[in-house]
Amino acid sequence: MEGLLSLAVKAIFVENMALSFFLGMCTFIAVSKKISTAIGLGISVMIVQAITVPANNLILTYLLKPGALAWAGFPDVDLTFLGLISYIGVIAALVQILEMILDKYFPPLYNALGIFLPLITVNCAILGGSLFMVERDYGLAESVTYGISSGFGWALAITAMAGVREKLKYSDIPDGLQGLGITFITAGLMAMAFMSFSGVKL
Amino acid sequence: MGLRNFFDRIEPHFVKGGKYEKAFPIYEMVESFIYTPKTVTTAAPHARSYVDMKRIMTYVVIAAIPCILMALYNTGFQINSAIATHGASGWRAAIIDMLGIGYNADNIAANMAHGFLYFLPIYLTTLVIGGIWEVLFATVRGHEVNEGFLVTSMLYTLILPASVPLWQVALGISFGVVIGKEVFGGTGKNFLNPALTGRAFLYFAYPAYMSGDSIWTPVDGFSGATMLSVGASDGYQALAANGVEWMDAFLGFVQGSMGETSTLACLIGLVFLLITKIANYRLVVGCMAGMVGFTLLLNVIGSDTNPMFAMPWHWHLVTGGFAFGLVFMVTEPVSASHTNLGRYIYGALIGFMVVMIRVINPAFPEGMMLAILFGNVFAPLIDYFVVQANIKRRAKRHV
Repeated sequence: MEGLLSLAVKAIFVENMALSFFLGMCTFIAVSKKISTAIGLGISVMIVQAITVPANNLILTYLLKPGALAWAGFPDVDLTFLGLISYIGVIAALVQILEMILDKYFPPLYNALGIFLPLITVNCAILGGSLFMVERDYGLAESVTYGISSGFGWALAITAMAGVREKLKYSDIPDGLQGLGITFITAGLMAMAFMSFSGVKL
Repeated sequence: MGLRNFFDRIEPHFVKGGKYEKAFPIYEMVESFIYTPKTVTTAAPHARSYVDMKRIMTYVVIAAIPCILMALYNTGFQINSAIATHGASGWRAAIIDMLGIGYNADNIAANMAHGFLYFLPIYLTTLVIGGIWEVLFATVRGHEVNEGFLVTSMLYTLILPASVPLWQVALGISFGVVIGKEVFGGTGKNFLNPALTGRAFLYFAYPAYMSGDSIWTPVDGFSGATMLSVGASDGYQALAANGVEWMDAFLGFVQGSMGETSTLACLIGLVFLLITKIANYRLVVGCMAGMVGFTLLLNVIGSDTNPMFAMPWHWHLVTGGFAFGLVFMVTEPVSASHTNLGRYIYGALIGFMVVMIRVINPAFPEGMMLAILFGNVFAPLIDYFVVQANIKRRAKRHV
């Protein structure tokens, strides 16, 4: 239990998906103009992450790993080369489902997210989460924890970013830097502030 | 009134359509530094107050005077004490020998003079380099040169170690002023504290010059650990064995960045800022509450391997840059939260983060700088949630 807790803290703060690995930058920068939208997207990413990481973990353990197919009578088969495409497939399917649910029950959020909802499919933070799970050999419980907390860390980062950007509306930014330019600078400065966690060992 | 006439005579050249139209910000800076500006607001709302931005910034500099004096004295005191065993060298020693001041660590004037020789080059570099950026941006972008820079430059100088190379000073203040402030449009439009941004940049870019045991007192071969790094390795009880009592730490005769060592000097500044209402007391209360609360919690939890867990809050208060940050950085109105409830939360977040970094994060012995930057990042979000909660509460009342 303690191990899971420290994994969660690590995934949220120390190894923050957005501000320490710089994953999911396209959505991070594009959808952080308004706090309410950012929270919506953050929650969506968290949900997708919380489902896909464990789902991919199950696929890896029971279908892909060398010897995983022993239950079906193929103890020598190694399907890990199918890893990437299966993870992406799972993510794409899940995002489709999420999109339909949002369209039906939360139309304002669906409209606000627009094109970026389907783009969660190719959000590198999501695929990154699954690949970190593979690389670090997480078990099922760890995968669930890691999925939720890394998604939460990303959501926290994008919400903070949206907060700063709403404040920057009142700033007087030079013409050449308006829009994306200043957002990149802001993201960099935020990452510097998040350095306060780097080095925490749990 | 010769000077006034002189300004009136040359003013037409600088206003729109004049010969030196582009240099108006420089003219305005010099003129408004000497005389009260004549400009008045032309459209509502009209807020009438004697406390304009210039006055606020001047007050902060005045509040920093005790810290500056302590910076001069303590820097000189530490260096002269070290010289007694390690010997003096360098151009500063040449000047001191020439003037016949000597290196007596018991002599207040000698300490002040030696500290001054370290403080002045750093401060001048900051002023000149930062000032050039400031004037450049003001001229190109057509806004006024702001007194905010006087505060930034003073605070930036005070949070640097005395041994820092001058080219790093220049680099740090350039980063702080340009990236931390001017790209957002100048004073009042930034979201991070510019002085701290510059310091943090140096801290991550040149860690060897910004942390460790040998940088605080610039004497060859001398090494003196800060209280926090002693505390991190041997526990705060070991400080007494090193000859640092709580009172020494409170008064500031210890190793550290130039202006941050004396808690007493910072508290004098705090009283001044609170009386003049430049600093909002909610920020101070929140930050103290967060720091004390989390420290007490850690004291209760305890740890066998990490001696910092046992450090009591009154030691956290006097070590490192906590007091300085609390007085001059946390209370900075631009980068803090703007709602009253939000100020408590913002302060508490910083207080919590400081102790978290000092105690739990082994990578950094001191956490005030990063804690405040972290607070800055979340300040707008805290405001947002406070405002939303208020809207929700009032809407409910109205049904």
